[in-house]
Amino acid sequence: MTAYVLRRVAQAGVILLGVSLLTFLLLFALPADPARMIAGRSATLETVGRIRSELGLDRPLAVQYGRYLQRLARGDLGRSYAQKVEVAELLRSRLAATFFLMVGGIFFELLIGLPAGLLAAVRRRSRADRAVMLGAFLGVSAPQFVLGLLLLYLLAYTVPLFPLGGYGTPAHLVLPAVTLGIAGGGWYARMMRSAMLEVIQQDYVRTARAKGAGARRVLTRHALPNALLPVITMIGLDFGTFMGGVVVVESVFGWPGIGQLAWQAIQIVDIPVIMGVVLVSAVAILLGNLMADLAYPLLDPRIRYG
Amino acid sequence: MVVILGLLLALVPAVTPTWGQGGGGTMIVTFKDDISTLDPAIGYDWQNWSIIKSISDGLMDYEPATTTLVPHLAESFTVSPDGRTYTFRLRRGVRFHNGREVVAADVKYTLERVLNPKTQSPGAGFFGGITGAKAFSEGKAPDVSGIKVGDKYTVRISLDKANAAFLHTMALNFSHVVPKEAVTKAGADFGHKPVGTGAFMLKEWTLGQRLVLVRNPNYFLRGRPHLDQITFQVGVEPNVAFLRLQRKEVDILGDGIPPADFVKVMGDRALRALVAVGDQLQTGYVTINTQIEPLNDVRVRRALNMAIDKTRIVRIINNRAVPANQVLPPLMPGYDKAYAGYPFDRTQAKKLLAEAGYPSGFRTTLFANNTDPNPRIAQAIQQDLAAIGIKVELKTQAQSTVIEAGGTKGQAPLIWSGGMAWIADYPDPNNFYWPILSCDALTPGTWNWAWYCNREVEKMVSDADAMVQPGQAAARAAKFQEIYRKVMSDAPWIPIFNERRYTMHSARLGGARGIFVDPIHIPVHYDEVRMIGR
Repeated sequence: MTAYVLRRVAQAGVILLGVSLLTFLLLFALPADPARMIAGRSATLETVGRIRSELGLDRPLAVQYGRYLQRLARGDLGRSYAQKVEVAELLRSRLAATFFLMVGGIFFELLIGLPAGLLAAVRRRSRADRAVMLGAFLGVSAPQFVLGLLLLYLLAYTVPLFPLGGYGTPAHLVLPAVTLGIAGGGWYARMMRSAMLEVIQQDYVRTARAKGAGARRVLTRHALPNALLPVITMIGLDFGTFMGGVVVVESVFGWPGIGQLAWQAIQIVDIPVIMGVVLVSAVAILLGNLMADLAYPLLDPRIRYG
Repeated sequence: MVVILGLLLALVPAVTPTWGQGGGGTMIVTFKDDISTLDPAIGYDWQNWSIIKSISDGLMDYEPATTTLVPHLAESFTVSPDGRTYTFRLRRGVRFHNGREVVAADVKYTLERVLNPKTQSPGAGFFGGITGAKAFSEGKAPDVSGIKVGDKYTVRISLDKANAAFLHTMALNFSHVVPKEAVTKAGADFGHKPVGTGAFMLKEWTLGQRLVLVRNPNYFLRGRPHLDQITFQVGVEPNVAFLRLQRKEVDILGDGIPPADFVKVMGDRALRALVAVGDQLQTGYVTINTQIEPLNDVRVRRALNMAIDKTRIVRIINNRAVPANQVLPPLMPGYDKAYAGYPFDRTQAKKLLAEAGYPSGFRTTLFANNTDPNPRIAQAIQQDLAAIGIKVELKTQAQSTVIEAGGTKGQAPLIWSGGMAWIADYPDPNNFYWPILSCDALTPGTWNWAWYCNREVEKMVSDADAMVQPGQAAARAAKFQEIYRKVMSDAPWIPIFNERRYTMHSARLGGARGIFVDPIHIPVHYDEVRMIGR
């Protein structure tokens, strides 16, 4: 088990290196010059040139990347071109918000998605099943921007149950998390339904029924744990994507998460910030996957890593 | 928990306003994007520009709601007859937020800091005309020889050549006086721990959430500021800010009225009363690359100028602008009321194209920013040009990409300037010439996207810039009318419109109407706003 984890961590290091190299190359392939973005319209060419050389942007790409890695190894992510603040500080200031939104989002996804999927599977081809599938379809396809604004208008402006966007209290978290929950819950409902349908048709479920176990017991004790395996994988993936920031929901609700930071940095080609955000999301995705993989053996004794 | 407590604390003054001198109170301003640095040497976007003006001061400033220059940290100044030497007398007893008095050496330190390449100041170029600035920037001199400290309160600045806009550069944020000890102490973080002499001081800054300024009780201008505190909330979507303003949770929509709600607001009497309308120092235009065939033919450029239905474009943006016929916006000295501009006349345009040898038009490309409403404006231009036979391919791209294309020789035939966050740096007509229309800026990487150069015009601008004495202002403005008539005759641009300002604010804010659409301060003049209700 320990050996397995160590191997995975080593792999993760290689992947992160690859991610950083790829992002670096892509950013420099962009037809945009950060020095000019900083300098603005009235700057003379000398000013732009001096800014460029102060930022080290006039050196060969390999040298720049090498320096970046050197500093990264010391835990230094550099300074934002625009805000002149340490990237690490910018990321730190937003990680908590992103984390809360992730937890809230996954909570509502499961709260909405799992029971709906379960219901649809058990009552297959019933009216309830069709209603759930239609709802899931709508939830998945509704633009989060519109959905978020609609929720804000109805539940915060017309009926002031929740604050009109912002951050700070649990009440602030509800609407953005529900918006994410409605969209993501649709996926979970569909996945839960198909996983459940597959499991219900397995021999051991029939055996359990034949032994005379009650319908409820068969469902919760025998079928559900196996049907949950793909759900665990999905939670692991969600962890990664959410920690990388959910740009749309964050901007509608004024949620100070990583996504907002990434969006603003991309607008002005703030390379150190973009690199930082990409690395954080890559780490989160790797971590999410690793956690999901480690959770499998706990749920299913047939799975073992050696 | 800390977050919740912080929020509660931030809300306390809003609930119990203190009714001290000038009314007091806390104003809440919303922005979608983060506020970047507040270092006056570095901050250079429309959002932090006015905030910095409230934290620090320059030797010169503008009378609120106008473009009239007045001495500010300077008590008075004199100009030598040749216009190359300025002597400033500082006000006595002005103190930085850290309590130390401002002296002449601080002015020298501030300007040298901006000119020092290590500072990476985007404003360094504004001060390149000071004698010895170049040698200092290149590391060949220990200080700028043209900045001389006389006695404790006198500083003398000499220039390589006369520059009528020099006093404007002394009002730019870049020259706002900062204390060396505070800069040294904060190091690279000075932009987040700014210390100046301004009407407000930084109280709290939570990255990505809010910035709180509190009044400077020792501010040198009597009775200013009126407010006790300003809270900037960032990350607020304009649509949501608009809802919150109607719920009285917000005082100023920093990003303006959301386009989708604009018609509704202007049609509703109660909401309309909360909107201040004014002009700004802005012209939206299309650059015509004078080096690319067939646009290098002035007849073709004139034809393009006659082909655009500007009133229709103004309608596309809900009449938030007035059609433009010249380079300068109406607020700018040198704006020519008598100039008629090119008429909207398709027949005449076609005739000119035929004369130039393109009776059936040609193909070309228009670059534009990809944020609304710019693609829609670009489409209208495309349709108008199609009507005279010119087939335009649209390239709507990210701001940085368009800027790069504009600065690359021979790349962008036409560029729509909207959405590039362009506002004049200072209210002088030469600001529309040197960075964007001059031979001086005719090099890759600059903003002369028309790649325009007329030596005769350049000479006239240089001459006008030498007219520095106060008595010459009218003659200089007249000279600029002539200059820009010549530019329009060369037609390197199609001026499209001058945007108007629409600032929406809560009913409890008051003050002169003009400070809500101040030409220098966006969205409002923070020092002049007052609270008149709860």
